[in-house]
Amino acid sequence: MSTPPTSLLEVTDLGVRFGHRRIEAVRAVSFSLEPGQRLGVIGESGSGKTVTALAVMGLLPENATASGSIRVAGTEILGLAEPELARLRGNVLSMVFQEPMTALDPTMRVGRQVAEVLRLHQGAEPGRARERVVDMLTRVGLDDAERVADAYPHQLSGGQRQRVILAMAVINSPRLVICDEPTTALDVTVQAKVLRLLDEVLTESGAACLFISHDLAVVSQVCDQVVVMLDGRIVEAGTVAELFTAPRHPYTRGLVATARLDLVEPGQRLPVVEDFYEADEVRS
Amino acid sequence: MKRFQLVVGLVLVGLVVASAIVSLFWTPFDPIQVDGANRLRPPGWPHLLGTDGFGIDIVSQLLVGARATLLVGIVSVGVSAVVGVPLGMVAGQLGGWLDEVVMRAADIVYAFPALILAMLFASVWGASTVTAMAAIGISTIPAFARVSRAGALQVVASDFVLAARVSGTSRLGIAVRHVGPNIAPVVGVQASVVFALAILAEAALSYLGLGTPRSVPTWGNMLRQAQDQLFTAPLQSVWPGLAIALAVLGFNLLGDGLRDYLDPRLREVQ
Amino acid sequence: MTEPLYRVQALTRRFTDAGRHVLALDGVDVEVSRGERLGIVGESGSGKSTLVRLMTGLDRPTSGTVWFDGEQVSGRPERELGFLRAAVQLVFQDPRSSLDPRMRVGDVITEPLRSRLVRRQLGTGIDHRERLAEVLTAVDLPPEAADRYPHEFSGGQRQRIAIARALAPKPEVLIADEPVSALDVSVRAQVLNLLTDLVRDQGLTLVLVSHDLQVVRHLCDTVVVMQAGRIVERGSTSRVYESPESDYTRALLAAVPRIRIDPSATDHPVTTPGA
Repeated sequence: MSTPPTSLLEVTDLGVRFGHRRIEAVRAVSFSLEPGQRLGVIGESGSGKTVTALAVMGLLPENATASGSIRVAGTEILGLAEPELARLRGNVLSMVFQEPMTALDPTMRVGRQVAEVLRLHQGAEPGRARERVVDMLTRVGLDDAERVADAYPHQLSGGQRQRVILAMAVINSPRLVICDEPTTALDVTVQAKVLRLLDEVLTESGAACLFISHDLAVVSQVCDQVVVMLDGRIVEAGTVAELFTAPRHPYTRGLVATARLDLVEPGQRLPVVEDFYEADEVRS
Repeated sequence: MKRFQLVVGLVLVGLVVASAIVSLFWTPFDPIQVDGANRLRPPGWPHLLGTDGFGIDIVSQLLVGARATLLVGIVSVGVSAVVGVPLGMVAGQLGGWLDEVVMRAADIVYAFPALILAMLFASVWGASTVTAMAAIGISTIPAFARVSRAGALQVVASDFVLAARVSGTSRLGIAVRHVGPNIAPVVGVQASVVFALAILAEAALSYLGLGTPRSVPTWGNMLRQAQDQLFTAPLQSVWPGLAIALAVLGFNLLGDGLRDYLDPRLREVQ
Repeated sequence: MTEPLYRVQALTRRFTDAGRHVLALDGVDVEVSRGERLGIVGESGSGKSTLVRLMTGLDRPTSGTVWFDGEQVSGRPERELGFLRAAVQLVFQDPRSSLDPRMRVGDVITEPLRSRLVRRQLGTGIDHRERLAEVLTAVDLPPEAADRYPHEFSGGQRQRIAIARALAPKPEVLIADEPVSALDVSVRAQVLNLLTDLVRDQGLTLVLVSHDLQVVRHLCDTVVVMQAGRIVERGSTSRVYESPESDYTRALLAAVPRIRIDPSATDHPVTTPGA
């Protein structure tokens, strides 16, 4: 392979199939990510964007088969044994999930959960861990970090929980943070704050980011580069500016048009994706 | 893996049902008639698993015993579900003091194991299959009431029930159209688990002489009978024990398998 | 001035959870005229969903009153709410949870027609199959959809099914509680267009609950902004959207994500062969 040694993530010709009937969820997906780069992956539900993210994390379910190649910092992920994958996750890769309530263990104090990540990957001794956890919680904008560390997940608000998740994701200074719709479950004002925070944390740590969302506007808050997925394929790639001003694929044109609610006179018909792109079949 | 559980469960349960049905028309030997000349035969031909202390063929008894097992299971689970499920649904749907009363009553019943109830009934009406079934049935009502209540609470809190209420659908309509169908899977799973418990309880009651009379072959009666020859013919107690264990295992696996099979979230992935 | 269709006066709802009192609604006054399109804007915890529940008689207020069409809604038993049940229908946020997964779409949609309270209002002459076909056409779904189950449809299609159910009893008022926030952005426009058309063609009165002022601006002529159980701003949508008076409204408007373009973003082009 002619992989340049600098690429942090190199996905080549990735295909993912599910189940006995081998339903194709992702096909011929290729992209690469340099250290510190942020890439948004846009698509609607069923477009294969989440499956792609899971494949990169090595978290595909058992009934999935992947083909092609995924290299993280030079290491091939596909076919890698679970212990090595586990070492990679947390040290090099980490993930922020959509639902902040289910991503945290309801029976464990928040501080311990964050410390657990630290202990698993750096073997930090308990006393020092507490310090670092509180420090990290402060850095993600939780004012009373001491109190939050001693709280259980249900005692926190949605925004606070998502900040905790973010703290867990970056405490080991990973080189790539994967975010799967990290703000979909949040209120708009909280979403705005979490997105700003994510931007800051990434800038500060220099980590790269793969940001998955159905919302172009949300992605553009964090990423400058975007790929658009449709039916398991990448149909267009470029900067947010390019996509926005000169979208090439009809589906992308539709996406951009639907994202601009403010351009349409109240009560007038809104443009829909189908004005630009007609799907071959009805997906369900 | 989950499929495997379901399949093994179905096979074991199917075996029990098949034995009971076959025994209605045919058994290798008479399952009741004492035959002094043929006492304690070892496994072989023509008595595949040998004979017991009265010279009765063990295979024949096992086949006939499956009937009692199923009968007790079906009747007691039926009684229990018919009473417990509506109680749980009413408690979960209406809430308030009614919920409180139903659930406290369930706690009280739960405090009496089937065994104690069976002893009570036996002392009043004399031990019989009917008292055993009543005891098992009543003692498992709380299990059905609880899962139904928990399921009903979940369904009642869902948006689709709110939508039904906005349209003026009555409580009964909601119970029949929404709560019932949505809790059916958990009730089904509960039924198979209770069925397994009922088999065990029935065997225990027969063994203690609190259930089906001695003259009728049941797996529990066979165990008690075999106890007398525990040192001379230990295999005697293995056969009914094995039958009970496999039947209980079968219903439990069926329950587990059904739970996964009926979960729409798991099904949608496939 | 004519009597408003909905009149909500000094509405307060207090919840008690584990000894703690939470004031979900704190003295709210709202009026909705016939044919009006009112937006209720706020985030979780603002009390907007509690307000909707009280307006639809699904919950009882701690104090205050709700009138609909001159009749009192609050504090009346369910069996006396027939006048409300046929006239007011609700569309929920997430069609994955608002459609019973074990019912066929046809049964889901005609459920409102089967309720005794609604039948009494509409008369018995309504033909279920005919009405089912009508509302399926109205929401742009094929007639075959009636025989399938909700999970066989995409998110946008499911929301159409939920809207069809709401239309079935020929309501006067449609209350939509965050009808597009659980949907992909790409599907959002379709559902909003559908709502716009339906409200116009069927002369519906609309109450739209949303956290997104842009959505409200598109569909509604008046708006109330709620925060922590109180109304912090009200007025015509264009006025509130263009010159908001309360700080909270301004914060809400600022928080709606807009596409951000960074002109210095072409340093590392993404390499994707074949795109």
